[in-house]
Amino acid sequence: MKILVCISHVPDTTSKISFTDNDTKLNTSGVQFIIGPYDEYALSRAIELKEGSGGTVTVLNVGEADTEPTIRKALAIGADDAIRVNAAPKDGYFVAQQIAAVAKDGNYDMILMGRESIDYNGGMVHAIVGELLNLPSVSPVMKLDVEGNKAVMNREIEGGKETVEVEMPFIAGCQEPIAEWKIPNMRGIMSARTKPLNVVDPVGTDDVVSFTSYELPPTKGECKMIDASEPEKLVELLKNEAKVL
Amino acid sequence: MAILVYVEGSEGEIKKSSLEAVSYAAALAKNLNTDVTALVMGSLPADQVELAGKYGASVVLHASDAKLDQAQGEPYASVITAAAEKAGADIVLMAKSSLADSMAGRVAAKLKAGLVTNVVDLPSTDGGFKVKKSIFTGKAFVHAEVKSDKKVLTVSKNAFPASETGGQANVETFEPQLDDSVFRVKVTNTEKASGDILLTEADIVVSGGRGLKGPENWNLVEDLAKALGAATGCSKPVSDLDWRPHHEHVGQTGVKVAPNLYIALGISGAIQHLAGVNSSKVIVVINKDPEAPFFKAADYGIVGDVFDVVPKLTEAVKALR
Ligand SMILES: Cc1cc2nc3c(=O)[nH]c(=O)nc-3n(C[C@H](O)[C@H](O)[C@H](O)COP(=O)(O)OP(=O)(O)OC[C@H]3O[C@@H](n4cnc5c(N)ncnc54)[C@H](O)[C@@H]3O)c2cc1C
Repeated sequence: MKILVCISHVPDTTSKISFTDNDTKLNTSGVQFIIGPYDEYALSRAIELKEGSGGTVTVLNVGEADTEPTIRKALAIGADDAIRVNAAPKDGYFVAQQIAAVAKDGNYDMILMGRESIDYNGGMVHAIVGELLNLPSVSPVMKLDVEGNKAVMNREIEGGKETVEVEMPFIAGCQEPIAEWKIPNMRGIMSARTKPLNVVDPVGTDDVVSFTSYELPPTKGECKMIDASEPEKLVELLKNEAKVL
Repeated sequence: MAILVYVEGSEGEIKKSSLEAVSYAAALAKNLNTDVTALVMGSLPADQVELAGKYGASVVLHASDAKLDQAQGEPYASVITAAAEKAGADIVLMAKSSLADSMAGRVAAKLKAGLVTNVVDLPSTDGGFKVKKSIFTGKAFVHAEVKSDKKVLTVSKNAFPASETGGQANVETFEPQLDDSVFRVKVTNTEKASGDILLTEADIVVSGGRGLKGPENWNLVEDLAKALGAATGCSKPVSDLDWRPHHEHVGQTGVKVAPNLYIALGISGAIQHLAGVNSSKVIVVINKDPEAPFFKAADYGIVGDVFDVVPKLTEAVKALR
């Protein structure tokens, strides 16, 4: 089985977000970049599938040279090789076009990625890649098993879940609990250094969306504390002050 | 610049978030001096099919083919695209939802349109088309400029109020060609908690964390939720421990909610949990640890034991209602 896993390179979940250059750039000082958590679930499941029935796992990232440590981490976790499309990820549509261009002739049985990145929360890449490659796409996937030529998946829906079947090849946007995250071991870390990381040029695309300036939400006021012996006071405040009851 | 808005039904009713999207469409149409066409799919009662008219759509296209009774991204995306063509729409809107996530990208790719998801405000349209969206899971916003002729937007929940205009729509049957090739994903089973208030649509959410100690104590959360007419949620460890189903897990890696009132019981307020709730209008925290980080994000707080405070709070709510 040949699996392509698309990973994003995003600020760690606990990062404090701020902006510089007159609110036109993310302030990256002190920010640690990681594999997108949903993407890491996708990667972990891909490696489990490979360990179960053989095959290869290729990771793909659209990003400039600074994303290579993130890609090496994916190789350390167990991917066989990597492709980096040498371009700053302008927006989800742009990223999807780059992924589709790489995957077009790759004969992958499945293309896995996270349901969304945790920076721009676009949640659009799986569906756009599906459309561009004329392949079915399913998201968010919480369970993925292969039976012969088809995949059986659990997809989260609002208030429940659906079991779906689809023939390979297909695309899935993944989330937990599809797999346990894998911690790279020493052997993985050592071998990651020598695994192939191919850098390819981006394809030309239409410039459809650009991000012009950033903004932080207004700072919260003080929390109003109510004595534990007076819960009726809380109800009164929610009704008459906050007007939410 | 005509506008098409997709209106999503769930269990025989139009979702509140979709009515918000129709109101958003109507406000945008007013700014652009144009009309709103709404699209409804699958079988729904007539009053629900017409409902978008009350919120500002002048035409409702109803694609009632039985094949569309089961909502699926790929066929729905092709019907939306066909409806956009029929309505001559340059702007396609829909409420952000798990279904919207699986089709907005497809619609955008079919229309070669720029797509902005999680939009929280009306676009500014003089000199370009710029719209504000939520990013970093609610920790910030960005202004996105859509440069393509066609545009697709998904509207964040509770970001724009649904308001009735008193209008009425002409309902038209819409029968686009449905090629079998778009039904490639086969649904073999659906498990849905029926009767419960949908977490993502609720005005009030009551969530419990590890402070509840075990699933046997969930009646505390449920009783308060029932008294408030609220949906129930939980923190990640609670669903990881199987105390509650996964679809109730709120946060960065779970469901994102934006209710008017979010009540957190025995939840510490880790940054990943906050990321899923920080768009709530009012946050109430009950935790026995005065240093719990959640108090920093809360509007109202009680330092106390949930086993002691919550039953009393439930009684106080019942007394009010
Ligand atoms: C990549 C990643 C993603 C994550 N995504 C999410 C996510 O989406 N959602 C999420 O929730 N978490 C997420 N987490 C986990 C998160 O970091 C926290 O571990 C989790 O939110 C803690 O849940 P909790 O507050 O219920 O439990 P705890 O941290 O155990 O806190 C329990 C709280 O209950 C209080 N308490 C205990 N007993 C009582 C009592 N009797 N009365 C009142 N208060 C009491 C305690 O003071 C404490 O504050 C994620 C973590 C990672 C690393």
